Amino acid sequence: MINDLKQRWKTEKKKDTSNMEDTDNYLGRDLLRFTTAGSVDDGKSTLIGRLLYDSKSIFEDQLTSVKNTSKSKGLSHIDFSLLTDGLKDEREQGITIDVAYRYFSTPKRKFIIADTPGHMQYTRNMITGASTANLALILIDARKGVIEQTKRHSFIASLLQIKHIVVCVNKMDLADYGQERYDEIVTEYENFATKLDVEDVRFVPISALHGDNVVDRSDKMSWYEGSTLLHTLENIHIGGDRNMKDCRFPVQTVIRPHSDEYHDYRGYAGRVESGIFKVGDEVTVLPSGFNSKIASIIDNEKEVQQAFPPMSVTLNLTDDIDLSRGDMVVRPNNQAEVTQDIDFMMCWMGNEPFDPRKKYTILHTTNKVRCVVKEVLYKMDINTLHRNEKDLSVGMNDIARVKIRTTKPLMCDSYTQNRSTGSLILVDESTNNTVAAGMII
Amino acid sequence: MSYLIKHLKELEAESIYVIRETFAQFNKPAILFSGGKDSIVLTHLAKKAFWPAKIPFPLVHVDTGHNFPECISFRDKLVKEFGVNLVVGSVQKSIDEGKVAEEVGINATRNRLQTTTLLDTIEEHQYDACMGGARRDEEKARAKERFFSHRDEFGQWDPKNQRPELWNLFNGLKHYGENFRVFPISNWTEMDIWQYILLENIDLPDLYFSHKRKCYIRNGTILSVNDYQDLKEGEEAKDMVIRFRTMGDITITGAVESDADTLEKIILEVAAARTTERGGRADDQRSETAMEDRKKEGYF
Repeated sequence: MINDLKQRWKTEKKKDTSNMEDTDNYLGRDLLRFTTAGSVDDGKSTLIGRLLYDSKSIFEDQLTSVKNTSKSKGLSHIDFSLLTDGLKDEREQGITIDVAYRYFSTPKRKFIIADTPGHMQYTRNMITGASTANLALILIDARKGVIEQTKRHSFIASLLQIKHIVVCVNKMDLADYGQERYDEIVTEYENFATKLDVEDVRFVPISALHGDNVVDRSDKMSWYEGSTLLHTLENIHIGGDRNMKDCRFPVQTVIRPHSDEYHDYRGYAGRVESGIFKVGDEVTVLPSGFNSKIASIIDNEKEVQQAFPPMSVTLNLTDDIDLSRGDMVVRPNNQAEVTQDIDFMMCWMGNEPFDPRKKYTILHTTNKVRCVVKEVLYKMDINTLHRNEKDLSVGMNDIARVKIRTTKPLMCDSYTQNRSTGSLILVDESTNNTVAAGMII
Repeated sequence: MSYLIKHLKELEAESIYVIRETFAQFNKPAILFSGGKDSIVLTHLAKKAFWPAKIPFPLVHVDTGHNFPECISFRDKLVKEFGVNLVVGSVQKSIDEGKVAEEVGINATRNRLQTTTLLDTIEEHQYDACMGGARRDEEKARAKERFFSHRDEFGQWDPKNQRPELWNLFNGLKHYGENFRVFPISNWTEMDIWQYILLENIDLPDLYFSHKRKCYIRNGTILSVNDYQDLKEGEEAKDMVIRFRTMGDITITGAVESDADTLEKIILEVAAARTTERGGRADDQRSETAMEDRKKEGYF
């Protein structure tokens, strides 16, 4: 297989080395972040290796190093998982323990893969990878069909509000490239997916090992009329996923140059999390409720007329009002909720179990507050999606619905409305470790 | 009006966000400035993050004493132009004070010694967050690195016990004596960096561009002839037309034969390159997990 790929590489390389158009295109690409989840055996590493290799993102020295290691481990094939399993312990144990980030690009898009381990106990890593993803890639072994782990991954993607799911039915070569088996799995998945909150689910029958329908169309599955995986990843529309309606600008820091030229300058630095801010817009500052107008917007050392997500800019207001880190700039007619009572879905990630009697630190937008737990409503069984109201003990990888009260008000939206102002993390006050992720209801 | 944002702008915005978070969450941040293109880009991003104010923290340079002189003059020019403070930690001083011993043998370098000097400099100045220009695409151990990377009181990295990093909520909380390494350009690739340099017209040391230089070849790596290394038997110094893809200690930084003397040509070369930029780094070739081992000890 690797020789095939190398041969192909050689011919392709000739084709595009001296083509400046490629580099021009590069400036015009957008960015798609996706997360992959799968268990040890369902071919996830092979698929990633294939995508990286076919998009020429694996270099000779990396390949040589992987080849040598494969050989020294006595393997007859090249183990692509060695590319993604970066840490010594992982290599020794042959498992992935942590989220690894991988990069590749095509003339159309740059891709960031958050490659997360598929083991039962690593739900926390899946959630971490999913939190910044536009798309989730879920692998199903054609021989096994929809298994518990498929459901768990899908549920997490839905919980984290990933808008697009691409289900790869892999190892089609071991299922005789048959349409019947594929259709069966699609139906099975669709039945399950009705319980989830996902807008866009697509299916691709592939063989990662042989490359069928990954980058090139398979000639063994002529019954499949959809796109290849790479074509799907390249063309899925993600621009509409951003919230351009609700203006939210959490202030990170105040910029005061203290120079003669900018004597009274006060700029509010932050990132536009959602909505479009324009010069001249009336704005309200939360939590104080003061009103002002946008005098100017600075982006990249220049004044611009407007700012939208995910731009990092500096806002200047017409009035000298008290505004600092943790405050939020919104529009008067569309404000975030200012509240100390927060109801959210909590994914517990700490080694020590959740203790409702303890106080935790909350990080939300650019705010840091403390909280007390008011109530644990139920625990979610992520395999069956059942709510358990009897056993409310929450440990590593558990998901529960929780109500808390914070020491200071936070400016929130529901997570379904706004991934930035609707998300929070819990920090243990003795260890300072991040122990939970929260999605506000 | 289009509200589409291209990937370089998105990466830029992400990095600026991280730099501002670092400034806001820590008492005494600093930029670890190596003189290489990544730390130069990082410094430019920091300038944008706080403009029209000046960069509100110093650049820290760990000087191995085995530098390319071009790097030092470039550094000094940049510092002056940006009006930023420069703090230099000296490996020579660490050696003179007996804190570290110079490696011996023909392959001796000061690369590993940097870690001690770096940790001492951090301690001396009480920096609690050091931003570096490391990228996740560089090396396999770095692919697992966080934006906010926690270090214990010995400056060590514990890759198995990293804090999960969710959304854009960066947890910089720490105990007294601990500190963080922060990597604002984690998500950039080598190609992104070059494209950005071109797009923003960022000035770089001449070493990155094709030039004639006296070089020799050791273990397949093209190295610049320098005052700190002797040639082994069978090695021979000759004039070569080369450029450097990374900027490190002169004794370990491998060159590539290249006639790319403009940014455009370099980008084409990077696009066609078949080895990673660290492929020429003798420090990474020492073992399979050389980078991970150094990072655990407190390397960048």
